[in-house]
Order: sequence, then structure tokens, then C-alpha cells
Amino acid sequence: MLVDGKRTEFKHIISLILLVVLAAAAVIPLYWMVVTAFQQPTLTVTFPPEWFPSNPTLFNFQRFLQRPYVWRWTLNSVIVAATVTVAQLLVCVMAGYSFAKKEFPGRDLFFWMYVGSMMVPSQVTLVPLYITMSKLGFINTYYGLILPAVAGPFGVFLMKQFMSSLPTELIEAAKIDGCSEWNTFTKIILPLSKPGLAVLGIFTFVGQWNEFIWPLIITNSAAMRTLPIGLTLLQEEVPMQYGLLMAGATFAAVPMLIIFFSFQRYFLKGVTVGALKG
Amino acid sequence: MKLQGLAKEVVKQRWGYYFILPSFVLYAIFFLFPVLWSMVLSFLDYGWWGTTFVGLDNYRSVFSDRIFWIGLRNTVYYTLGVVPLWLAKAVIIAALIFPFRKGIQTFFKAAFYLPHVTSSVIISMIWLWIYNPPFGLLNYLMKSIGFEPVTWLGNTKTAMPAMIFMTVVMGGGSSIVLISAAMNGIPPYLYEAAEIDGATSMRMFWKITIPLLRPTLLYLTVMGTINSFQVFTNIYLMTQGGPQFATTTIVYQIYELAFSRFQFGKASAMAMVLFAITFVFAIIQFKWLGQEVEY
Repeated sequence: MLVDGKRTEFKHIISLILLVVLAAAAVIPLYWMVVTAFQQPTLTVTFPPEWFPSNPTLFNFQRFLQRPYVWRWTLNSVIVAATVTVAQLLVCVMAGYSFAKKEFPGRDLFFWMYVGSMMVPSQVTLVPLYITMSKLGFINTYYGLILPAVAGPFGVFLMKQFMSSLPTELIEAAKIDGCSEWNTFTKIILPLSKPGLAVLGIFTFVGQWNEFIWPLIITNSAAMRTLPIGLTLLQEEVPMQYGLLMAGATFAAVPMLIIFFSFQRYFLKGVTVGALKG
Repeated sequence: MKLQGLAKEVVKQRWGYYFILPSFVLYAIFFLFPVLWSMVLSFLDYGWWGTTFVGLDNYRSVFSDRIFWIGLRNTVYYTLGVVPLWLAKAVIIAALIFPFRKGIQTFFKAAFYLPHVTSSVIISMIWLWIYNPPFGLLNYLMKSIGFEPVTWLGNTKTAMPAMIFMTVVMGGGSSIVLISAAMNGIPPYLYEAAEIDGATSMRMFWKITIPLLRPTLLYLTVMGTINSFQVFTNIYLMTQGGPQFATTTIVYQIYELAFSRFQFGKASAMAMVLFAITFVFAIIQFKWLGQEVEY
């Protein structure tokens, strides 16, 4: 049964075929990356291409992992993505709670300022941020990589959306029982916001792992690059070795694919909650 | 008196401020302040050699730069190519998966979402490989159906369409999820009533689904336009703006000006122009698509 409570009709079969074709177009490039990564380097450039490597090899991965700095780039990516995620969660859960449940003068003004700033092109802040960071001596440091990324307004917005659906009565009851503001937050609000934190945490981690333009600008020493920037350094080598590049790309993509398949539900939920409308 | 009341309220609700404080401090330092500084920078000649106020010189320099106009045209070309195609793709897929049971819907949503968890660096590298003239997958397909191979990214006529094609093929994952959610919110009795009146599925799609999806489509159009205007990573990694400036975009030029040539003032002026264009586009779209529909 394909359709709930109805017989499968001819038009459903047509829909299904169309969907498979469109989905294949989006997924085949990723599949092709993996195939090239496991392919013998000499066979990468032969015709016709093999859709399934007849003689798969780990050679490309071995060569990639023996490159200088590859493990350092991976470590940098882990450090940056993990730290930004933890910091974002702390900062955003507090702000989101305040915007959703507190009624202080100027709240709506502050909130719309946050929302409005999501529409400002990120390139507007690039140059001043770079100058600030270089004045502070943060070029090529973890501070430089991490600090600006924590400030994003999207996390606050997402948490506010989640928190708005929590019952206000609970907070009032805690107040009547003489619970302090801070205890109400840590004992009642935090445990209830776990699903929201999970969604924001996953989005932030994946986003930071994949981030390109800011790490590109703020680092220039080989040791401080993150994985995506490191990959582009390999790409600049002549001649371009696609087997090696695709092995590197697979290496960087697989952790995110694992996260996606483990927490798929949260991703789909996060997309709906994180939109301004709908 | 009014002011006193406000002060009282501020003190009474102080915890509201305490809770947003950490976020707001970061936001002020790393967002508000840089935006304001960027505006100031656009009127300065700024560099290690010193800082001078140059009035509108940076803007004059931007508007008299032939490459800027090419970049603007390319950015608009890219956006006009990507946004309608990508949105149409998302609406069609959401409509196609709608009748199926939940498990199948989730399977397809996940498949289309997959490229979104992959870095744009990786997507660019894969497509550079697919577009490779002698050995790439696409030219293999071209040859096997009897066409001449094309240097997709090396030809001024095909470079930008190739970028658009790649974005549309890989994109749409999150829009599909959003549109599906909005479709589930449409009351089923509307369709039942239409079915009794003998409406075809096509007619129901155009007369019920699309009008009721309008807020979602508006949101996606605005966000899609803003994102397309900021296209950078693909360009930087795949064409470096070439061949012969055929794929140079505004953001690519901002990057070049600021971080290759260190012309911070002119780069800021160009960023302000981008900001203004994005803003105007968003307003036009809200006005145009936001009108109430008559039934």
C-alpha cells in the first residue's frame, strides 16, 4: 500500500517514478563522490565510467590521510563546531526563554531587530569583523574562528519559537511556590526545552562543520585551517587528482551524513520551526 | 509620571533583560557594531597606510566600475535562474509526495534534504568533477546520447547556466519540508467539496493549493532571493568569476576587493549596495506576493 486508505492508482505510479528520477539527480552526485573515492586512480579517467568499482581500493583515503595537516584540520573542525554549538545552546536557550515568556519593555523591538538581521547579507559584516579580529590579534586563533559564530540571531529565533509552546502555567506555579527566577529556568524550563536544544544543537554543529567563508578569511596558516578550507588547498594542486579530492570530500561528508541519518526527525522538525512563517 | 512607570516596569521585569544579556552582548559586538562600522567604512579610505574620509568616492568608484555592473547583471541572472526553478521543483515534489503514506513521504524528504548537510565546498568539488570536460560524468552522458562534449565552465555561454543547474539540482530540500507542512495544514474539506463539484486535480492544485500556500511561497521566494544574491562558495571554487567575468558576482567581488586587494572602503561600499538591493527586492516581493487573493 502506497497511499493511506486508498487503492494505488496509475497516477500514483507515475508520481513515484518522477520522484525517484528527481531524487536520483540530487543524490547521484554524492554517490559519484563515494565511487570516485574508492576507485583505482588509473580508472578514474577511463570510459565508460564504472557505476560500481569493480576493484575498490582504500588507496585514495590512505594518501589523503597521510597528507600533512589533515588530522589537524579535522581536529580544528571538531573544536570549532563543538565549541560554537555548546556556546550557542547556552546563550540561545536563555534569550529564547526571555523572548518567549518574559514581558519586559522593549521586548518586541529587540526581537524584531534579531529577526530583521537575519535578512542582512552576511558580507556586510565581513570586513569590519576581520578588522576587529586582527586588531584583537585573533587572526589564526580559535577565538577568531569561534566568537563571531556564536552571535548568530537564528538560534535565538529558533529557541523562541520552541519556548513559545511551553505552558506558561508551569512558570506561574513555580513563582507561587517561591521558586527563584534562576531556579525556575534551570529546574523547569531547561528540562522541557531538550527537544528544541537538540534541533538547534544539530543544526549549529552541521552548519559550523560546513562553514566556509569566515574560516577562509580569518585563518591563513596551514595549521589553523578547518577541513573545508583544507580540502580547497588540495584542489589548488596541479594536476588535480580527483580520486584524492573525492576521498577527502567523503571523509568530511560522512560524519554529517551519519548525524543526518541518526537525527533525521530533528532536521525535518527544525526546518519547519525555524521558518518565519508556517 | 509615565517615565517613572516605565522605570518601575523595567526593574520589575529585570530578569527578562538578564536572560537576553549574554546573547545581546555577542550580537552587539559581532553584528550590530560591524553593520554600523561597515556603513562608516564605506565613506573612508581605510588601510594600514592610514584612514581618510573620502565622502562618496568609494560609491563613485563602485558605480563607475565596469566589472561591478557585470557582477550585478550576473547576480541577477543567477537569482532569476535559480529562484523560480528551485521553487517550482520544490512545489512539484511536495505536491507529488502529498498523497503517499507517511513513510514514503519521509523517505523522499530525507533524500532531497541530503545535499543540505553536505558542505558547499564538497558540492562544488563534486560538480567540478562532473563538469570536467574530458573525464566528467556529464560529458560522458552527452557523448553517449550523441552530442559533442562541452567545456561547461570554460565557456562564457554555459558557465552561468551550469552554476544555476547545479544549484537547482542539489537544492530544494528544506523548502520541500516547509511546503509539505503547509499543504498538510490545508483543510481536506476544501478538496472534498471541489471534488463533488467535479474539479480536476490540476484545477484543484491551481485554485486551492497554490493560493493557500501563498504565505509559505512568499517566505521562500524572499529567503531564496536573499540567499541567491549572496552566492559565493561555488563561484570561488569552480570558476573564480571567469571565464571573462561571465560568472563574477557581487559577493565574489566584495571578497576580491577586501581580501585580495585590501580595498576595505570600496568593498564596504559594495556591501552596502548589495544590502540596499536585497532590501528593495524583499520589499517588492512582500508587496507583490503579499496581496490578499480574491476567490
